Amino acid sequence: MSKVAVVGVGQTKYAAKRQDVSIAGLLREAAKRALDDAGMTWSDIDAVVIGKAPDMFEGVMMPELYLADALGAVGKPMMRVHTAGSVGGSTGVMATHLVESGAHKRVLVVCFEKQSESNATWALSIRLPFTGGSVTGAGGFFAPVIRAYMRRANAPDDIGIKVAVKDRLNALNNQYAHLKIPDISEEMVRESPMLWDPIRYLETCPSSDGACAVVLADADTAKAVKNPPAWIHSTAIRSEPTMGAGRDVVNPHAGRDCAKEVYAKAGITDPRRELDCAEIYVPFSWYEPMWMENLGFAAEGEGWKMVDDGSTSMSGDMPINPSGGVLSSNPIGASGMCRFAEAALQVRGMAGEHQVPNASRALGHAYGGGAQFFAMWVVGSDPLSE
Amino acid sequence: MRDFNRPVAIVSSASFETPSEPARNEVEMLLPVIQKAMADAGLTQQDIGFTVSGSSDYLQGFPFAFVGALDAVGPWPPIRESHLEMDGAFALAEAIAVLQHDGIDTALVYAFARPSRGELDRTLALQLDPYTVAPLNPDGRGLAGLQAQAMRDSGRFADVPDVPPTYVADGATAVVLAVGDRAKELTANPVWVTGIDHRIEAPALGVRDLTTSVSAKVAGEHAGAAGAEAAWLHTPYPHQELLLREALGLGDRPAHCAAGPMMVGGLERFAQASRAVAAGDVSKAVAHATSGPCLQQNLVGVLEGGAR
Repeated sequence: MSKVAVVGVGQTKYAAKRQDVSIAGLLREAAKRALDDAGMTWSDIDAVVIGKAPDMFEGVMMPELYLADALGAVGKPMMRVHTAGSVGGSTGVMATHLVESGAHKRVLVVCFEKQSESNATWALSIRLPFTGGSVTGAGGFFAPVIRAYMRRANAPDDIGIKVAVKDRLNALNNQYAHLKIPDISEEMVRESPMLWDPIRYLETCPSSDGACAVVLADADTAKAVKNPPAWIHSTAIRSEPTMGAGRDVVNPHAGRDCAKEVYAKAGITDPRRELDCAEIYVPFSWYEPMWMENLGFAAEGEGWKMVDDGSTSMSGDMPINPSGGVLSSNPIGASGMCRFAEAALQVRGMAGEHQVPNASRALGHAYGGGAQFFAMWVVGSDPLSE
Repeated sequence: MRDFNRPVAIVSSASFETPSEPARNEVEMLLPVIQKAMADAGLTQQDIGFTVSGSSDYLQGFPFAFVGALDAVGPWPPIRESHLEMDGAFALAEAIAVLQHDGIDTALVYAFARPSRGELDRTLALQLDPYTVAPLNPDGRGLAGLQAQAMRDSGRFADVPDVPPTYVADGATAVVLAVGDRAKELTANPVWVTGIDHRIEAPALGVRDLTTSVSAKVAGEHAGAAGAEAAWLHTPYPHQELLLREALGLGDRPAHCAAGPMMVGGLERFAQASRAVAAGDVSKAVAHATSGPCLQQNLVGVLEGGAR
């Protein structure tokens, strides 16, 4: 029985620099849209949960303190989740628990990053005491992992390029997407500069300012709202260490376990057949085929074939990232929440130009750290029946 | 929140605090604390249904402080785990919500910090409005001084203590939680968290009445704090005891006040209160945590012994 539903979704326009608004203004833009979608006002909300990646991205320590009144939380409980890049997903999962446990009936969840306030690559490259600093950012960390995947799966060189083109084409249909490249082509991606071999400039995500909000509600509230709710069928989280002899960074144990749990709780046995689409965290193009395997959509070593044969495009049997994904908009701390929210929009039939026809069940996915933190949810048009 | 479908108890806890821990990193500092709490509960990490922590990157001086700290729990095979950039007491509140979920019967909550590595007083300025207040760089002690002076000016308090330098200490606290019968299996003296609630106030000091703590009062009412025999209060500055006593209606009942290491201090109040309840010294205790300048955000938990 589903006890919790997404009844409102709000996003900002994602852009490299949103200098027209303060941090608070950015969050309010997303939150207000989510409240409007839910047919609610600030006073209808029982608790506010925010999520974002490191405080050093904006230079504000524990920003829930500064944001309390801007988000209508004065006199209410307010929490702040931080689980690295997966935080947008983890925040959704934690907020779901708050409603499911009976603690609150209506929870406003807002995730954000305003990268233009600071320098994220600095914050992602800082040298830890007693360790060698590589100063390569996230791309430098993941490039060797992608190379390992290509070798292991014997994948053709152009799979990443195809993902990059597909996601940017999808983004053209998303009014909030940051990158809009109307003349995107395989040729253009191939000729873009190589940043961290094999990741080219157009195979990586942008740095975005932006916020994404959802309103979660208990079943009684969800049945009474004006727009269709997205019922949360299941949530799951998993973590594993950054380093360890047993780790498989290409196909992480934590991701496989997380997927297994989120499907089992949703009564899903064949995810590729039973899910209509998925919004997954793909900051570098090659992560799409890699996650196809980690999520059980394809057998090990076969994920790239889903890209190659068009299965993950809007016209394929398993559209991946109809919104354009992280490759098109990357407000880091919100990027996971965008995946969760876009999955909800799909099953609500409210995804507009990037709607997958008749989508009734969708997966939202986020990962973070050294591909060690995972958060997922499955949402559906109808409540999950026992 | 009160009246949980699944009652939750603190079954063990362990703590470490020192003025400065220059020799060990976060993992090395946390490891013995977590191991002691787990050993006292007779559990290993693979017995734990949910793990959650509280810490702040700014106290560590680099981002993703919690990522490395995860090594202290040994998350392999992978575990259900989350992290709040808040005092560990808020992580405990989150764990209680997760424990309402069927099939998750135990939780490990921990907090850690090494603020001695930086200048905490100056770092705290970064909690303020980044456009209008933080650039003025008011220090933590200075803001607390405004509150103490407002209390003196109000004439409502007989004796408002001076504001000492901001307390700086390094440390870690770990607490093991379990649900219902599982808690009774793990310890002879489970300490039930019968209520927990937290509230936040506006960030601008000028819009708040600094001589009262509305958020502590409301949180205490929702947590069911009335009738507690003693309180363990998280007081970054000593004058805040007076405000919290009033907000929680403690009268002249004993209050054990401490600042503790930032991010750890609140969870540590829970740990200490739970030990007093487990020992039978009190049957109903209040544990409190605060966050932000001048008691901006307050969390109140109610701990009770006996059968459930």
